[in-house]
Amino acid sequence: MTKPLTLAEKLWNDHLVVKGENGAPDLLYIDLHLIHEVTSPQAFDGLRMAGRDIRRKDLTIATEDHNTPTQDIHLPIAEPTSRAQVQALRDNTKEYGVRIHSLGDDNQGIVHVVGPQLGLTMPGLTVVCGDSHTSTHGAFGSLAMGIGTSEVEHVLATQTLPLKPFKTMAINVEGTLRPGVSAKDIILAVIAKISTGGGQGYVLEYRGSAIRALSMEGRMTICNMSIEAGARAGMVAPDETTFEYLKGRPHAPEGADWDAAVEYWKTLKTDEGAEFDAEVFIDADKLDPFVTWGTNPGQGVSLLDTVPSPDDFSDPSERSAAERALEYMDLTPGTKMKDIPVNTVFLGSCTNARIEDLRAAAEIIQGRKKADGVRMMVVPGSQKVRLQAEEEGLDQIFKDFGAEWRFAGCSMCLGMNPDQLAPGERAASTSNRNFEGRQGKGARTHLVSPVVAAATAIRGTLSAPADLEA
Amino acid sequence: MERISVFTGVAAPLKRSNVDTDQIIPAVYLKRITKTGFEDGLFANWRQDPEFVLNQPHFKNAEVLIAGSDFGTGSSREHAVWALRDFGFKAVFSSKFADIFRGNSGKQGLIAGHISEVDTERLWAAIEANPGMEVEVDLPAQEIRYSDIAIPFEIDEYTKWRLMEGLDDIGITLQNEAAIAAYEARRESWKPKTLPAKGV
Repeated sequence: MTKPLTLAEKLWNDHLVVKGENGAPDLLYIDLHLIHEVTSPQAFDGLRMAGRDIRRKDLTIATEDHNTPTQDIHLPIAEPTSRAQVQALRDNTKEYGVRIHSLGDDNQGIVHVVGPQLGLTMPGLTVVCGDSHTSTHGAFGSLAMGIGTSEVEHVLATQTLPLKPFKTMAINVEGTLRPGVSAKDIILAVIAKISTGGGQGYVLEYRGSAIRALSMEGRMTICNMSIEAGARAGMVAPDETTFEYLKGRPHAPEGADWDAAVEYWKTLKTDEGAEFDAEVFIDADKLDPFVTWGTNPGQGVSLLDTVPSPDDFSDPSERSAAERALEYMDLTPGTKMKDIPVNTVFLGSCTNARIEDLRAAAEIIQGRKKADGVRMMVVPGSQKVRLQAEEEGLDQIFKDFGAEWRFAGCSMCLGMNPDQLAPGERAASTSNRNFEGRQGKGARTHLVSPVVAAATAIRGTLSAPADLEA
Repeated sequence: MERISVFTGVAAPLKRSNVDTDQIIPAVYLKRITKTGFEDGLFANWRQDPEFVLNQPHFKNAEVLIAGSDFGTGSSREHAVWALRDFGFKAVFSSKFADIFRGNSGKQGLIAGHISEVDTERLWAAIEANPGMEVEVDLPAQEIRYSDIAIPFEIDEYTKWRLMEGLDDIGITLQNEAAIAAYEARRESWKPKTLPAKGV
């Protein structure tokens, strides 16, 4: 009998081009390469300098997201360096014959939203992109990794990547989420449990009844933030939910190809008896909405909890990190999380700006009033999501509420475009990173789920839907 | 890539753990489309503080960074490595690196070497006692030397070999052209292609 394998090991083996010897890495084939304007110019430059071409233009696709404005998109990009980066991508893709979805195109959007919605992301692939949140695509049961610009150049030139095998970690989430608790809360709780470095060297596989019960959007939210635990990738074994999501999408296989694909996809699960290098258990029944209080995604607590004190941490480096975070965040230990007021609510990013996220937030705010003085920005993950939301009337719900309804892009998640917080401003954000200065110099970020973002916009302080009056 | 063997340079202490790549180079500095000139973005927010270590005269020309644990976490931006390199750093030592950062370093000729937490503290103490001191970094022997002390560091064998030989990854891979072509020949037909474009 063959040795039982984990899903990650199967994907690895199925993409092996050359097995590394004498300490050399394995060479893996890359099925899908996503490109955006920030991490690709130097890769194209490298190709040009070496006189190399792109090996597989038909496995490569580009979109503009990090720098693009989310309003007045018909105008030239105002900021000169942003404009130059976007222009460089347009020039490079034209020169090399790569498919691109530019600002204004219906398929433009955050690269990790665009791939799945086109049906390009599917089970059993290796997917790479010069962006750490490429782990998102693991939700389909693919091996999806963020890579650096040198690796982008490497994939363009060879359609392969030299990689060292990873260790595997099972994240078992059993039980049923309570109302108002979502995928975002699961992943924030996982990161708080294993810390921002806990996943280093690992590929995470999310398993258990609570994961199986999630939609593809929810699974993408979870896999998206695998990198915030330091993991190289995160994945969920494909099932009927996956196939259902994919069927009929523009690039999904058809006819006999679909049948062959599904037959293979059904084998993509961890074998009975396969061993993980590490295992983590999370009880979904007991999860509360989760929010961060500090300046890394591992510094999170239940929304029902209070701001911790540095004295709560026995590890000296965690204690000093907590001290520094509390100072930056201007928070006092013991303060109830629910008493923390915010200036801005950001609903967006590759973590939580898919149609389901927008629906969930709209359902909460519909017929309710936004807190005075709170600004809410809604930035759909892609232009397709925006159009879909408009078809469903969600845009009107957001506008009636007093929120800003924007065009698609990464926006305030990292503030490379004009969507930034002012120094000292505090935000409840559905994005993925609460690092110092991430959303604007001196800005303070609390990571939250879409429904917590919505409830917070209504009450003006960090809140769960359960806190709202009926 | 330049071959790396043994070099001597000023060591600077970065007494912080969990230094993410947003701190190494904030996103606003990522907009250049060239591969050089990122030195002004290095630790840009921290460098506004005159007390920050790299603003001190002793460390202005530092080539070796001794950092706290979990260095280079967060975003995959290779610019973090370019910023360190453009500032003049040839090596970073820490008790723990984020995987992507470590990988990116090896590709750009920046040594990312593991040292123990105890040795991190030792180096910090030595620098504090003698700011501006030089250390000798010996890649073949995997040692950081100063006075008569030798601190061992770890780096994986393959990366070490590539740094010492100054080898380009793409060139190494292209030696496997036949294997890549053979893999492509047996790739399943259901796998997606971006061209011709559908859904547009």
